[in-house]
Amino acid sequence: MTARVVRVAAGQGFWGDWLEAPVRQVAGGPIDYLMMDYLAEVTMSIMQKQRSRDARAGYARDFVPLMERILPEIVRKRIKVTSNAGGVNPRGCAEAVIEVARRIGLNNKVGIGLVSGDDILGRLDELIAAGHPLANMETGQPLADIRDKVLSANAYLGMAPVVEALGKGADVVITGRVTDTGLTLAPLVHEFGWPADDWDKLAAGTVAGHIIECGAQCSGGNLLKNWRTVKGLENPGFPIVEASSDGSFVVTKHAGTGGVVSVASVTEQLVYEMGDPHSYITPDCIADFTSIQLQQAGRNRVRVNGIRGGPRTPMLKVSIAYFYGYKAVGTLVYAWPEAYDKARAADRILRQRLEDLGLEYEQILTEFVGANATHGHLSGKPDPEGPEVQLRIGVRSRERASVERFTREIAPLVLTGPPSVTGFAGGRPAVEEIVAYWPALIDRRQIEPHVRVEILRA
Amino acid sequence: MSDKAKGKDRRTRRGKLPSRPAAPPPRLQLRYLAHARSGDKGDTANIGLIALEPEYYPVLKREVTVARVVRHFKGMVSGVERSELPNLNALNFLLHGALGGGGTISLKTDAQGKVYSTALLRMEIPVPAPLARQAKAR
Repeated sequence: MTARVVRVAAGQGFWGDWLEAPVRQVAGGPIDYLMMDYLAEVTMSIMQKQRSRDARAGYARDFVPLMERILPEIVRKRIKVTSNAGGVNPRGCAEAVIEVARRIGLNNKVGIGLVSGDDILGRLDELIAAGHPLANMETGQPLADIRDKVLSANAYLGMAPVVEALGKGADVVITGRVTDTGLTLAPLVHEFGWPADDWDKLAAGTVAGHIIECGAQCSGGNLLKNWRTVKGLENPGFPIVEASSDGSFVVTKHAGTGGVVSVASVTEQLVYEMGDPHSYITPDCIADFTSIQLQQAGRNRVRVNGIRGGPRTPMLKVSIAYFYGYKAVGTLVYAWPEAYDKARAADRILRQRLEDLGLEYEQILTEFVGANATHGHLSGKPDPEGPEVQLRIGVRSRERASVERFTREIAPLVLTGPPSVTGFAGGRPAVEEIVAYWPALIDRRQIEPHVRVEILRA
Repeated sequence: MSDKAKGKDRRTRRGKLPSRPAAPPPRLQLRYLAHARSGDKGDTANIGLIALEPEYYPVLKREVTVARVVRHFKGMVSGVERSELPNLNALNFLLHGALGGGGTISLKTDAQGKVYSTALLRMEIPVPAPLARQAKAR
């Protein structure tokens, strides 16, 4: 029996990742699947906001010009694509890709798999009325308390609808809120025919997905161990999983690219946002990260095996975004000598002015960048001889007016506060609307019957 | 404070107390023993702490206790949980209440806890003298 290998390549680690990565993954060597993850916790609400202004929007727009660049080669090499670029409007995204495919002469050459049904914004009242409180997983508060502020609500779907789309002949699968890991697991289940209750295999594919879902962060990007020795990040090699039917796989990258795939680089990504290592819960299974065995199997090749898993849970996670309030952050830079003390004096003055104006905030946070902004008191005593310190003050409020007024109190400090101040050329800080994240759980039986898989032809 | 030269300390102590039978073990910053990566889940920072060499893992497991991490991050976090991953020579820490509300609510520069990992690497732990020498020379 020949050991068949399926190659899944990561093309994007988040919405805004390096635009060249998917192009180089397709051109740089053999791959079977291109996996592109676009969705983070609050991305859906940003897309919802865009859709409320334009009914055709609401997805990762840059996915469309990207597909225009790579579709001809993908069709020629029979590479398939799995992506959650569809956001809150996967149909709009799929139609835009079809339009592009037709324009570049690929009529009848591309099948688009469209996965929908994760969006439950229109069903919230019905679900709450039927006894699904969608309580916040962190606070226990029922969703009803903030129902009128909800902007988007999407259940995390797993691999199943993507597997179905591939089975129906899709070349490009476009989804809404499918998990990052499901986009990698689905091709493996489709290719190897793993049973839906072979938990060890599903866990293995899930771990493969976790390793490559943040793109180059497992292949040399953001790698702390011996960071100076990581070369060639001008052209970072994005990761590729070479999976076998027994659930083992090798993490690697194309020859001729920069970065590094090592036990250290893969381990740093494994522990990233891992939570409880004994139960990494996805819609598809529970993966046990304490079972993962890593081994350097050549230059830029890490073998992964031994992974154990357990049955999926009856619940699905729901990502809800809601309007919270307003915030703004203002900064000024104070220079040597005694830069830190000058910045502190400015902070005291500003706070007193805000108080004298009767302005109230949920929080005022002052940080001294260059002294202790990221490590707090662990940074030790600020150096009085330090060349400069950035004063960074943020405020948050449920009301816009107090935040708005705060943004007008930064610049005056330049002429009315401590000396040696600069760095205000950017002008008044912007008032930002805060869209907050509300994680909840729901019985998967409320979601799965609504999931739809369609094949659209270019 | 954080840059206390471990080797120098040891020599000073030995110089002052030459006859003392058991000098306290040297203390070493975790940066010489481990690498780390961190991120967020809501208002919780997740730090993975990975031994730079497999033989350092038992020391990390013994010395980087929940109690010590709580003390290290005093005033910065509301609670700490620890898990062990001997297969990866790693410990994983959940630091609750670490991110000023987390996500988009937080006003912090490091709202997503991306560099909390390096704050943990400032911690000093006691290590056997030979291992301290080896780690510093690495």
